[in-house]
Amino acid sequence: MRLVKVVERLLAAIPIMLGVAIIVFVFMRLTPGDPVDIMMGQGGAVSEGEIERLRSEFNLDKPIHVQLGLFLADLARGDLGNSFSKQQPVAKLIGERLPATIELAFGALLFGLLIAFPVGILSAVRQNSLLDRLSMGGAFLGISMPAFWLGIILILIFSVNLKWLPVQGRIDYDANLQEVTGLYVLDSILTGNRTALVSSLKHLILPSISLGAAVAAIVARVLRSSLLEILRSDYIRLARAKGAGEPRVVLVHALRNALIPTVTVVGLQVGVLLGGNMIVETVFGWPGLGRLVVEAIFNRDFPLVQGAVMVYAFTFVAASLVVDILYTYLNPKIEL
Amino acid sequence: MTDPSPPLLELRNLTTVFPTRRGEVRAVDGVNLTLRKGQILGLVGESGCGKSTVLLSILGLISRPGRIAGGRILLEGRDITRLSGREMRRIRGKDIAMIFQDPLSTLNPAFLVGEQIRESLRLHNMMPGPPWPFDRGRKAREKKRVLEVMEQVGIPAADARYKAYPHEFSGGMQQRALIAIGLACRPKILLADEPTTALDVTIQAQIIDLMRRINQEHGTAIILVTHDLGLAAEFCDHLAVMYAGRIVEIGSTDEVIENPQHPYTMGLLRCIPTVGERRAIEPIPGNVPDLATLPQGCAFSPRCEYAREVCNQGFFRLQPVGTDGPAGGNGGHRARCLRLSDYRLPEG
Ligand SMILES: Nc1ncnc2c1ncn2[C@@H]1O[C@H](COP(=O)(O)OP(=O)(O)OP(=O)(O)O)[C@@H](O)[C@H]1O
Ligand SMILES: [Mg+2]
Repeated sequence: MRLVKVVERLLAAIPIMLGVAIIVFVFMRLTPGDPVDIMMGQGGAVSEGEIERLRSEFNLDKPIHVQLGLFLADLARGDLGNSFSKQQPVAKLIGERLPATIELAFGALLFGLLIAFPVGILSAVRQNSLLDRLSMGGAFLGISMPAFWLGIILILIFSVNLKWLPVQGRIDYDANLQEVTGLYVLDSILTGNRTALVSSLKHLILPSISLGAAVAAIVARVLRSSLLEILRSDYIRLARAKGAGEPRVVLVHALRNALIPTVTVVGLQVGVLLGGNMIVETVFGWPGLGRLVVEAIFNRDFPLVQGAVMVYAFTFVAASLVVDILYTYLNPKIEL
Repeated sequence: MTDPSPPLLELRNLTTVFPTRRGEVRAVDGVNLTLRKGQILGLVGESGCGKSTVLLSILGLISRPGRIAGGRILLEGRDITRLSGREMRRIRGKDIAMIFQDPLSTLNPAFLVGEQIRESLRLHNMMPGPPWPFDRGRKAREKKRVLEVMEQVGIPAADARYKAYPHEFSGGMQQRALIAIGLACRPKILLADEPTTALDVTIQAQIIDLMRRINQEHGTAIILVTHDLGLAAEFCDHLAVMYAGRIVEIGSTDEVIENPQHPYTMGLLRCIPTVGERRAIEPIPGNVPDLATLPQGCAFSPRCEYAREVCNQGFFRLQPVGTDGPAGGNGGHRARCLRLSDYRLPEG
């Protein structure tokens, strides 16, 4: 029953994905700058013939609607094409970077939620207390402070001065990690490699905090405001009148309902995190999607940009589907 | 007539205040009430006169910055205003249960109705057994009792409705579910805050019947809060009329209805529409007073047709006025009015 609905929702996403594909295709071609010119600019002196050859190899010499047709036909077969600048399949390039991005997104999300829940709950329960004011001030900072700036400060403190944590990368070279999924923490556990586990966790901490700070701030604020509203509601008064203690009133009766708006916001953040963050990735030398895509945009590497955008679109569709499924559990009034 | 049983619940000079920007509001101002086993006491008055605040004070659920500023609440002789949070929690829902006005917003939308009733049992360990985690049968025992209570309050097909969510119930069924939550632990006292206001008339009658049955079968004492004097007259054996945080008239229902002494009570009585009788309803002139800026003296005097200059000076006590003497429960028929002798209703 529920599975049928999920499949229905996934099918309904196909036209959306198609629309996204067409829009990104057209916009890439409308932006000034020619991919072959850019490539040749890097390669030094090249003949007219060479340029013509590349143009026809990339199908850039064909009319735009023919190019679109070819792109969509490939897409329908699950083929994202070949990167112009890297001369490799787009799917392979994205596939190489995706695990790093997923791992970092997961770390940032975990950090964000671990901070957001206690902070959001405590500041709602102790509204207007010193703790509430401090943490909402902190949340304001967390939202307005650029992640890369926080990253640099963290590196200065924890890597440069205290030397507790590494500056760059995902793992030490001498950890001898055997890749299984590409998620290094998971792979270390799967292969029972303790050194690799410690090393990959250490590498994950600072970038996770840099990216997760904003998540923590956003989620804490939503959680606090929805809890504040719910704590004034009639059913909370009934829970107290039944003899429930304050922890139970807040953590069971109120939190369960406050999760409904919170889950939406978390889902959105997951979508954002999975897009990768170019600047944070650059600061921490993290080989994620963000840098790949930004480079691809500068190189006018049409297929790579298109492929990445398709992955983003799919991520958002999937995240919102997961949110909707969670919703049906949290809010009995809603069906998928 | 003497009262045989000792009081179950006594309010002595209860005063509950809310600090507001415009000064301290005395939502409940020196209220004295006595409730005995099996009694049904009606607390009536216009919106904002402090009825709900009385009930919430009894349960210790006045939300900050409001507080009980004075007086005592004796439950079987024990002052419960001084109890610790934990001790108070043992009383809430167990000795004293409360049902609220709007059943839909009072049930938690995220949990099954049956589980919400079961929680009351769980919280007060009503179905004790071996200590956790050895008590495998607890849930089943609790569930059995929940189904029993659901049937008792007239929820048909209890088995199926156990696994329903509040929004899947009709208004009447929601109110029955709330009453089931209240009754699950067999409380001695049921505080009912306008339990029928949100329901349509036929359902109202059913809910009132249900409460009467509970009262008769289990001897549960009830305080019914309502602004409907007609309903209170029909259902309660004692009435307390509140105005601006104070009780202005109190006594047995017959006395208060047949022989009202306070002009406010008289006014309320004139507001009751009677079926078949084509009498115009006379609303009480003026508005409910603002508790932050109460006049000196009698708070009702600005709206009172009998008011004299002296009415807005000094403080008036509740004075015995009835024919049944002080023994009629709650100290007999009493009213709080300066010139009582002037205010007899014309006979006939
Ligand atoms: N939390 C609060 N903060 C400030 N004032 C309050 C608060 N709760 C109640 N009051 C005030 O106390 C007075 C009594 O309120 P209460 O809810 O007890 O009235 P009521 O008789 O139950 O009215 P209703 O028939 O509308 O339910 C009101 O004037 C209200 O303004
Ligand atoms: Mg009320």
